[in-house]
Amino acid sequence: MANKFLGSVMATFDKLSSRPIVKKLVYTLAVFFLVSFILIPPVLGITFKLGLAEQVFSNPELVNRSESAIFWSFAIAFSVATLDLIAGLPIAWIIVEGRSRWINIIDALADIPFVIPTVALGFSTLLFWGNSGPVSLLGVIVPPGLLLVLLLHFAFSFPVIVRVMVGELMAHNTIYETAAKTLGARAFTIARTVTLPLLRPGLIAAFLLAFARSLSETGATVIVAGLFENGPVFIKNAKDAGLEGPMVLVSFTLIISSVAVFALIRLLGNKLKIPLNRAYPGPEAGLSSKRSVNFRNSVTLLVFGLFVVLPSIYITFPAFGALSDGTLQKAISGAGVWSSFWQAMTLSYVIAVLVTLINIATGLPIAILIARKRLGKLATTLLDALVNVPIVVPSVALGVSLSLFWRTLNFLPEFWILVFAHMTITYTYFVQAMAAAIEGIPEEMEETARTLGSRPLHVFRKIILPLAKYSFLSGAILVFTRSVDETGAATAVSQSMKTAPVLLVSWVKHQVPVTDSDVALGIAFLVLTSFASLLVLRLIVYRRKK
Amino acid sequence: MPSLRLLNVTKRFGALKALDDVSFEVKDREYLCVLGSTGSGKTTLLRSIAGILRPDEGDIVLDGERVNSVSAEERNAVYVPQTYALFPHMTVLDNVMFGPLAKETDRRIAEEAAIRVLRLVRLDKRGDAYPHELSGGMQQRVALARGLASGAKLLLLDEPLGALDVRLRLELRTELRKLAKESGFTVIHVTHDQEEAMTIGDRILVLRKGKLQQLGTPYHVYNRPEKIFVASFVGSTTFLEAIVESRSKEGSKLRLREGLKVRVIDSSFEPEEAVIVSVREKNISITPEPRGDEHNRLSGDVTEVHFLGSFIRYVVKLTNGDEIAARVPIKMVKTEINQGDWVSISFDPMNTHVYEYPTLGLQGELEAS
Repeated sequence: MANKFLGSVMATFDKLSSRPIVKKLVYTLAVFFLVSFILIPPVLGITFKLGLAEQVFSNPELVNRSESAIFWSFAIAFSVATLDLIAGLPIAWIIVEGRSRWINIIDALADIPFVIPTVALGFSTLLFWGNSGPVSLLGVIVPPGLLLVLLLHFAFSFPVIVRVMVGELMAHNTIYETAAKTLGARAFTIARTVTLPLLRPGLIAAFLLAFARSLSETGATVIVAGLFENGPVFIKNAKDAGLEGPMVLVSFTLIISSVAVFALIRLLGNKLKIPLNRAYPGPEAGLSSKRSVNFRNSVTLLVFGLFVVLPSIYITFPAFGALSDGTLQKAISGAGVWSSFWQAMTLSYVIAVLVTLINIATGLPIAILIARKRLGKLATTLLDALVNVPIVVPSVALGVSLSLFWRTLNFLPEFWILVFAHMTITYTYFVQAMAAAIEGIPEEMEETARTLGSRPLHVFRKIILPLAKYSFLSGAILVFTRSVDETGAATAVSQSMKTAPVLLVSWVKHQVPVTDSDVALGIAFLVLTSFASLLVLRLIVYRRKK
Repeated sequence: MPSLRLLNVTKRFGALKALDDVSFEVKDREYLCVLGSTGSGKTTLLRSIAGILRPDEGDIVLDGERVNSVSAEERNAVYVPQTYALFPHMTVLDNVMFGPLAKETDRRIAEEAAIRVLRLVRLDKRGDAYPHELSGGMQQRVALARGLASGAKLLLLDEPLGALDVRLRLELRTELRKLAKESGFTVIHVTHDQEEAMTIGDRILVLRKGKLQQLGTPYHVYNRPEKIFVASFVGSTTFLEAIVESRSKEGSKLRLREGLKVRVIDSSFEPEEAVIVSVREKNISITPEPRGDEHNRLSGDVTEVHFLGSFIRYVVKLTNGDEIAARVPIKMVKTEINQGDWVSISFDPMNTHVYEYPTLGLQGELEAS
């Protein structure tokens, strides 16, 4: 009965979707949402208050601090993305080419810094390299500051490179390598002169993503920065100190310059011609030998283990301690600081669910517009670029601007401002995942379905969605986890309401009276719930598949 | 019942005219083959009829109703692309049921209809299989069954046999026609294979650079090609440039380069007019020595010999430098002719066609796109 009712409702919607006016309305609403909720607020918010920035210019010390913060943001992002590319490419190669059973484990380990909330990652890094960490036994201690920030950024940007490059290498047709081999080239020469140039678009994309992630990260960086300041840390400090002028100035500069740098890399990256064609048979034969390959793989794995995996999972040790010293009981009973912790967790997850639903509903039509180039080539390129703006711009800067914008609407409760901020930050992920998936489905499939009498919504429900369901899900998971994890924008927006990562940052910095056990356990809870929600989503999908 | 009429249909992609003022009519239950090379506008034609593309000018009339603004899903014209576009996540049965279900047919009735057409294409035992588990030929039949079950009566097939190997192609093409005829379908079948078009089409439409070249029965198109392009595209033909020397009721006398003379049956051109004369390669005979009683006897050197199974094709360079090709059935070959041999060739004036000299020259006219 219920099924029949649902069927007839769907049939009505299917019929509606055939009407040109309905189609136009859906797309127009989605574009309207993109422009008015995702694009305009961050731009307008900051321009409203640009006048405040003038306070800074009369204070030479603030000018210096702002300048150096912005400089270091870009310097760190650039070096980290470069180093990650150098270290991540061989790992991606090992994952794709390797025959060993251990490959799956390496593959899974490479994702760890991705699924652990960055606040946890920051704390874990702090402990790992700190004066009671395991490497201190070897006499190595990295105190909070620039070097620790570099180590942290290297770890959390790493999986981005590996993921993108594994995908690229898997999709890569090896026929060119086979041809090169039969022409007498050595493995290393082939990789350098054939494979890498062919993968250039992927390399640029991977570099940009790592670059953006480094530029944007706030939660973890704040934890390990000490007295050092990059853009996001400066903004957070300025906000804590109530210095609105410097906050606005640095946010504005970061937004503008990151968009500009991205456009530049995109443009120049594709034109970049490295003179790679020459072959050096002698040395390259040596580099292709089994010994050099083994040596290279060992170094790669060592770097991966020591700088990426271990610092990321080190957090589990103190968390285990918290299980036996009474902290767990305190946490479960919600005593003291823990009551605010559970409130923050609830808030984080409620926001994540809402944001995921909204972004799916409003992002889908945009994904279709981009994938099917419905608006023509030029408008599609523009739309695609606009959709990327939220991940290009540092989230804390975006948060500052969003907060300034939405607070001008006095009636808007803080909860909704938080929702809107998270919505903007995560908007790109779902659209990108779905656009790529839909682009991969031959348009002929849709056209044929329509000539068989299937209406646009019916085509979407029966053809596109089932074929793109994994991308749909991974897009939704990305939005969800990024929302739970989001620290930068949430810090900038938050006043009386605190999401879990914002609260945990204040715990780590001991702005609240907490013990180390409290911090470790709080972070462990965030990690666990994050994993659990991923697991639940996966189970749902697998059940559907059966 | 579906009859289809196109009136002055033009479709542009930027500066390119993919369809240029195309008009024709397809009768109910007719099997029309659209023949043309890559880029001739065949697929654009099908997609415009299906409602996937909207023509810039002209009308598409289906069953007496102008359907330019009727959407693809309401047009009842099924498009089957060359890739078949079988839905990979659905079984064969679900694929075939897709059309009826999309039109809100009761599930039970849809299933019955699907099983019926699957039986028709002899795939009723593979209903539970997924498309990737089937061979190319089977996939092609599923695509067809899906179209048949949809309730549409106009089938638009884009190179339906293009992805299959030669033997299967030959086998399936007669089956395709039989199936369409038995089920009372009107079919537009696009192909670049002239032999395929000849064997299955009730009529053939030849398309070049978006323009209709000729529409007629296979016999008509083959034996009375109205344009140089059609003559060259349908069947193998040799072309010679000539000037009309004189004409009479019985025909005309033409002057080739270097003063060589030939007679043709056509007498519609004025003396001194530049023309192109065409002869089918199979209508040209070749002998090591002239017998004396042949029409249009010319001689030259054999420059190429191609063995084509049941035929041998000889290319002969005439004394005036022109090239002419003869295609001789293997059983008619009595004496062996080799490259470099001096031979005599001849053809009957009855077997010639004469065309006005094209503005772009002979080569320009022969280019397909």
